[in-house]
Amino acid sequence: MNFLLATIRRELLLAFRNRSEIINPLAFFVIVIALFPLAVSPEASVLANIAPGILWVAALLATLLSLESLFKQDFEDGSLEQIMVSPQSLLLLSIGKVISHWLISGFLLALLSPLLGIMLFLPPIAIGALVSSLLLGTPTLSLIGAIGAGLTVGLRKGGMLISLLVLPLYMPVLIFGAGTVQAGVMGLPIGGYLAILGAMLVLSLMLAPFAIAAALRLSIRG
Amino acid sequence: MLSVLNLACERDNRMLFNQLNFSLAVGEILQIEGQNGSGKTSLLRILCGLATSFEGEIHWQDLNVQDKLSTYLASILYVGHHPGIKSSLTAEENLRWMQQLHPHLNKGSISEALQKVGLYGYEDVPCYALSAGQQRRVGLARLYLSNHPLWILDEPFTALDKRGVMEKEQLIVEHATQGGCVILTTHHDFELPDQRLRKINLDQ
Repeated sequence: MNFLLATIRRELLLAFRNRSEIINPLAFFVIVIALFPLAVSPEASVLANIAPGILWVAALLATLLSLESLFKQDFEDGSLEQIMVSPQSLLLLSIGKVISHWLISGFLLALLSPLLGIMLFLPPIAIGALVSSLLLGTPTLSLIGAIGAGLTVGLRKGGMLISLLVLPLYMPVLIFGAGTVQAGVMGLPIGGYLAILGAMLVLSLMLAPFAIAAALRLSIRG
Repeated sequence: MLSVLNLACERDNRMLFNQLNFSLAVGEILQIEGQNGSGKTSLLRILCGLATSFEGEIHWQDLNVQDKLSTYLASILYVGHHPGIKSSLTAEENLRWMQQLHPHLNKGSISEALQKVGLYGYEDVPCYALSAGQQRRVGLARLYLSNHPLWILDEPFTALDKRGVMEKEQLIVEHATQGGCVILTTHHDFELPDQRLRKINLDQ
């Protein structure tokens, strides 16, 4: 437990020292959303229609973008090796890394999303659905993405491969995430959608850390 | 303490070494020699459990390492080519993390260790602002903190100045006299007064 907290503290400190790591996904999210009204149509009715999908796709891509660097530095400077030769478990490290990754990507994206929702004329009743779906969905994205990042960390150009590996697994999250917001727009109950997003989170929370640790072990042993 | 039986390692269809047998008693220093590419680093990575593609057995205190990996890992300190030092963290923060990883890394305080390696006054400087040699000294500070019985060091003398090399040599000898073991690779000629030093040449 101490080691888990120490990992999270260290990761957040590192992210704070290299602030571009935090800002890049957020900036990407904002820019993509800001371009849509210019390219499609500034009309409220059009934008409100496509807003749930755009917001979720942009959040998914922003998370994907930040994944490549998740283990890269640790692999290159020998930090991962040092963890492997220490008695501490790679499993706790994986969980700690994913939690801190989510805190600086998905969590901040969810906090920023109401503003962008308003920009796209998302009706105020759907803002709650947007934030809660992102809060429940993005941790799953981080967990699944970390498996891909762990598998490709030893490769020279792993970025493209990560997308190929994890995108298929992202689809259910995207469908139900955007579905939640859509239902919110129409004033339908969103409990069922959130329950499914929550179930996917619990499932990946149980299984992904083992897969991440195994993937890292594989990558380090070459 | 450590014994290696019939160790063989193959890489890209090339035999790096086979039929390698040696044992290391308390207080001994083992220097592994060999040309570039002769498998020195591979051997060290096998010895600390980072590589698993080998044949043969490694025993630590009469127990097979593969069966008791976590107890074994708790008693070794490995410093490789990439020492795992984060350039955006300060020397002190790096060492504190190392302490969190290794329960045996608690001999004395961090500030004392930094003072011993000549980094006093640099505690709050991020490592990217230190010179290459100073960064190696952060790694050296880890040895001052270590209580591990076995040290495995890959090229410990690169990028250190003459004084640094001398201090590190001294530290290694001291560790051996206090009942530890050291395995290291280096091209540097070790000058040791006694019979502690043993050598293995991987070219033969």
